[in-house]
Parts: sequence; structure tokens; C-alpha cells
Amino acid sequence: MSSETKTIASFSCPVPVTPNERVVLGHGSGGKLSADLLHRFFLPAFGNPTLSRLDDQAIFAVNRSRLAFTTDSFVVKPLFFPGGNIGSLAVHGTVNDLAMGGAKPLYLSVAFILGEGLPFETLSQVVTSLRDAAEEAGVEVITGDTKVVEKGGCDGMFINTSGIGIVAEGLHLSANQARPGDRILLSGSIGEHGIAILAQREGLEFESPIESDSAALHSLVAAMLATRGEIRCMRDPTRGGLSSALNEIAASSRVGMTLEERAIPLREEVRGACELLGLDPLYVANEGKLVAIVAPDSAEGLLDAMRRHPLGRKAQIIGTVTSDDPGLVVMRTPLGTTRIVDMLAGGQLPRIC
Amino acid sequence: MKYLDEYRDDRIALGLAAEIRERVTRHWVLMEICGGQTHTIMRYGLDELLPADVELVHGPGCPVCVTPVETIDRALQLAAHPDVTLVSYGDMLRVPGSGSGTDLLSAKARGADVRVIYSPLEALKIARANPERKIVFLAIGFETTAPANAMAVWQAHREGLVNFFMLASHVLVPPAMELLLQAADNRVQGFIAPGHVCAVVGCRDYEELVQKFRVPIVVGGFEPVDLLEAILMLVKQLERGEFKLENQYVRAVTRSGNLPAQEMVQRVFEVADQKWRGLGEIPGSGLRIRPEFAAHDAEKVFGITEFHVQESSECISAQVLKGLKKPTDCPAFVGRCSPENPLGAPMVSAEGACAAYYRYRRHKVLV
Repeated sequence: MSSETKTIASFSCPVPVTPNERVVLGHGSGGKLSADLLHRFFLPAFGNPTLSRLDDQAIFAVNRSRLAFTTDSFVVKPLFFPGGNIGSLAVHGTVNDLAMGGAKPLYLSVAFILGEGLPFETLSQVVTSLRDAAEEAGVEVITGDTKVVEKGGCDGMFINTSGIGIVAEGLHLSANQARPGDRILLSGSIGEHGIAILAQREGLEFESPIESDSAALHSLVAAMLATRGEIRCMRDPTRGGLSSALNEIAASSRVGMTLEERAIPLREEVRGACELLGLDPLYVANEGKLVAIVAPDSAEGLLDAMRRHPLGRKAQIIGTVTSDDPGLVVMRTPLGTTRIVDMLAGGQLPRIC
Repeated sequence: MKYLDEYRDDRIALGLAAEIRERVTRHWVLMEICGGQTHTIMRYGLDELLPADVELVHGPGCPVCVTPVETIDRALQLAAHPDVTLVSYGDMLRVPGSGSGTDLLSAKARGADVRVIYSPLEALKIARANPERKIVFLAIGFETTAPANAMAVWQAHREGLVNFFMLASHVLVPPAMELLLQAADNRVQGFIAPGHVCAVVGCRDYEELVQKFRVPIVVGGFEPVDLLEAILMLVKQLERGEFKLENQYVRAVTRSGNLPAQEMVQRVFEVADQKWRGLGEIPGSGLRIRPEFAAHDAEKVFGITEFHVQESSECISAQVLKGLKKPTDCPAFVGRCSPENPLGAPMVSAEGACAAYYRYRRHKVLV
């Protein structure tokens, strides 16, 4: 492949051009293909020390205040799903990206891309839900934009939100901070958002409907930070699921990880739906969960703090950071055997956020 | 979950593994046929629980893997027609054709109308909703998927759905097992037969194989306890010098199978010679659409060029599919061959043996 790669000579960093290749839906899956795009196009073009950390948010100082800044686009289909809609999701997603850096979220921008023919009623429902979610999270929408595209140019509505927050002095959470011996904490059961969307889209019905876990996690993060426990980094395992979030941290910190399959919380309905659809819940998206890598001495204290918070009641220590096989995440099965937990290779579920 | 948890119970599984260790006195080579079974073995690390003298080799039972590359090329050719909508299962769309970057998903990115479906009935639905378009269903699979695919053709025929076509590439398990058993270099001494295939077609063909080749066969399920139990049943037979057909998967498999499903398959398809990716042409190992339904047979309706494709010379997939070599014996494994850039069939689908090793076992070989 690399022999076919041509580069355009210029004074800046070259953007490699790969002929006869195009974007496929899998490039948006949050897995390996997404990482390929990043490394092939975006990092060579824009690479700088802040971006190259590849965290969910950029953290930088302005006049001695440390700010967190992030942006996220939402193209979920259907627009409304059990447990939320594209409006509430757009707030939660961006608030969570800020919170994972330890930031207190303050302000959002919201840009709407609307499809010709979208009913006002739909727009109104989404806007109301977005406003309510912002109020609940304690953030304000202070700037925005609207564009309309021809029918067929987007399925009803896309939303982009950017967010700004403030980070306490001395707090440095980043994916490259994990060390052997650290513990891996997960705030609750996995896979609910992805399965809620898929069930809605495919018309699957369950005895008790599966709702998206979409929620703003910054108050849970605040409760964790208040323990003064040593947190190395946090991620909200959205697209690509828990496996991708952990693989990214393992790669960035050049460490291995061993997970205990038994310890990972999974609701019975989600497990059933995954069995039915042939999906691995480790790759299914979450929108209201976080995974934290923490110092071994702080693990129990942080776990208690998480379990006292409504969004962390089912929190668990799910594994340990190791010095074996840097970059590889391994899972111990209930049989005592091990297997690799890889990053998603293609797309598992298209357009879930 | 009932009917599932008891077959994943770690105490039962560990008990079976212990019994296998007690029983084994010699080296035995066993093959599980189905890719779903290979996947379970790798995902749960069942081979780690077995004594070194029980060697598992992995059979050719991954439908996506054994679909000939020529079929993908044909599908790509059809997808290029401006009035064709090509539909298939998700895995199939990622399999590269003979050219580089020529899978159906890439064709979709270049503007072809390619859609993922979850069942053949969805293909019919698309055909009904889009009478102006020609819907071509790339239908692949073993005896398990053939009945539903046959049903789609039958339904289209009955409804007069003139814009529904099937590009069919179906394969049958027993002729492939026969090929393996006849080979001079065969190492396999016992088989775990594919439970879901037997749920459809029953066990008679396998009884014939047992008698003809004096080889023990156990019809097995797909959960860890199923597979360990099937292995134990095979080991007991082998240690006693017996060869018979046994059914471990009694909760799904009967001797005669699902008769209405078999009738539907016979109504629409007839047995034909079939090329398997990695194994070559096997007599009587495929199903083609009967002439009565030629109006829905994409090969007949569309002018399709004959393709002859050379497979990568580096790929050892034929030996892997015959159980002669392990994926990790391949010099290209992980380095030049990976699920993103597969050189051969078993690395293509998640159910393929090489892909299963890649996905779950790389850490054991990278050291």
C-alpha cells in the first residue's frame, strides 16, 4: 500500500494522497478506519502538540486560565430514540468530551444543518430537548448557525456542537498517562445506546425496552475529582465502544491491559439483543458511561464515590494496566483463558451518534 | 438467558475439560467444521483448556470465506449497472474482489447502489418498493441459509416480482468433508459436524461419511459447553477405537432435520459442482437455481463475463481449510495479511480461522 502512496511536495507537512480510495461508512465507526483517516489526513495536516494528544478535548491556557475546547457532530438516525433524541445527545456528547478532560463545562455553540422539508414540529421538539439538556447540565448555548440543504442532502437534520469548559490548575488527564499497575474503572453497564438505536431502526421489540444511556457525566466526574484520588485519564466509550476507548489509551500510553470479562456490567436485555444481532457489546456505543484509569491506591475510594452518584451506581473495577504486550488489550474469560480485545476493524453499526 | 447460560457455565466447561484430560492417552487431531464453532473456540480460549494431545484444526465452514472471488467480481460487475441495486449481508460487502480496493462497500462509495440487508425478505421488500430498479441479491451460504434464500426466489416467482434476481453461491458441507477425508495427506481423525446445518438437513449424510471413512463424527453446538462436550464424545470414541455418528446438539438437531425447509431448497435449487475459495472445484458441492426460476437467476438474466482469478501464491489458505496447517504457520500472518488487507479466504470474514486467530490470539504469536 505504502508504495502507492504519493505525497504532494510543499513547505508545510505533506498530506498523503492515496489514489483510487474513497471514504466508506466504516471510516465513521470510531474504530481502526477512523484512526486511519486521522493519521493519514488530519494529523499530517494540522498536527501540533495539543491535537496530537488525541484526547476527547483540547486543553490550553489563555491568560493563565486553563480552558478545554471540543467539537462533535451528530448524524444519528433515527432522530428520536428511546431515552433521547439528536438534541439531547448533542448536549451530552459535547459536555462529556469536556468532562473527560476534568473540565467544568460552561458554554456551547450549536450549528444545525437542516434538510429541506423538515417539519417545524420536529425541529421544535429537538430544540426544546436540546435546551432542556443544556439547562440540566448547567451550560449555556451562546452562539450558533443554521444551514439548509436540498432534500436528500441530509436525513432531516445534522447538529454540530462545540463546547468550552474550564480546567482546575494542576489537573492533567490524558490518554498517555496510564501506567502499569493502574486500575481500570467503568461507571456502569455497556452497550445501551447502540442497541437502543439499532432496535428502534430495525423495529426490534423487547419485553422491557432498551433505552439509550445518554446522559451528561460532568457531575459524576466532579464527584470523582472531589475524592482527590489520582486519576490518570478518562474516556467516554462512545462510537467503537469500550474496546476502542481502551485500545486508544493502551496505544497512547504504550501499556497493556488485562480485563476481567466477569466484571464488565451488561444488562440482560442488551446481552440478549447482542446475541440476536451477532454483535459484541464491547464494540457497541455508550453515551452516558465513562472509563477511568486510576492509580491503584485510589481505586477503591474512587469506586465508592462513583457508586454514590446516580450515574455510577453499577461502577466496577474491570481490569488492570500491565507492562505486557504494549498496545494490546487482553480479556480474561470466566474460564480463566485469555483473548485479545481488538479495536473495531470495520463498521459495526452505522450512524449511532 | 435460558438455553444459553447453562451452555456457558464455567464450572461445567472446566469439568468437561478435566474429563477430556483424563481420557486422552494418545494424540488426536479433531476438526470443527463450522466457522461459528471456530469463533467460540477462540473467543473462549477452549483450546487452552485442552491437553496438548487434543489438536484442533479448523474446517472450511465459513460461507463468506469460501465464496469464490469470481462471485465477488460478478457482483461488482452487476453493481456497476446504473439500474441495479445490489443487496447482500454486511460481511459479504467487505470481501475484496480480485482487483485492489474492489469490495462492494468501496463500489458503494463510488456511487453504486449497494445495500446491507439482514434477511432475504428485506431484499423482496426493496424489490417491491422499487419496481423501476433491478434488485440483485448476492445470496451465499451453507445449507443453513439456503432455505430462506430459496423462499425468496419462490416468493418472487409467485408474486411475479420481475425485478428480483439472485446471484447465488451456495455450498454444501458433506462433499467438502469427503474431499478432506479422501486426501492422501488428511490428518483429521474426528469431526465436529456443524449443528445448524444438521438442524436443517438432518444427520443422514453424516452417517454415510462415518461408515464410508470409518471416522467418528459428533454433531455439535456452538457454545463452550457444547464444543467441549462434543470433543469429549469424540475422544471417548477414538480412545475406544469406535466410529459412529453421535448428536451432542440434541436441543436443535433431529435425524431427519427440517423437512419443509429441505423441500423448499429442492423446489428452487438443484445440486451442482461448485468452486470453493481456497479449495477449488468440488463435485456436487453447490446449489444452483433450477431452470424453472431462470427469470430470477442473475447469472442467466444479465450477461456476465467469465472470470478466472489467480489467488495469492503466498496464501496457505488451502492447507488451513484442510486442517494441514494453522493460521500461525503462515509467513504472511499479521504482517502482510490482516482482516483489513486479507490475502486469502480465512482472513476475510470474522468467522474465518485466520481472522479468529488474528482477532483473539495475536498475543500468543507476536512474542
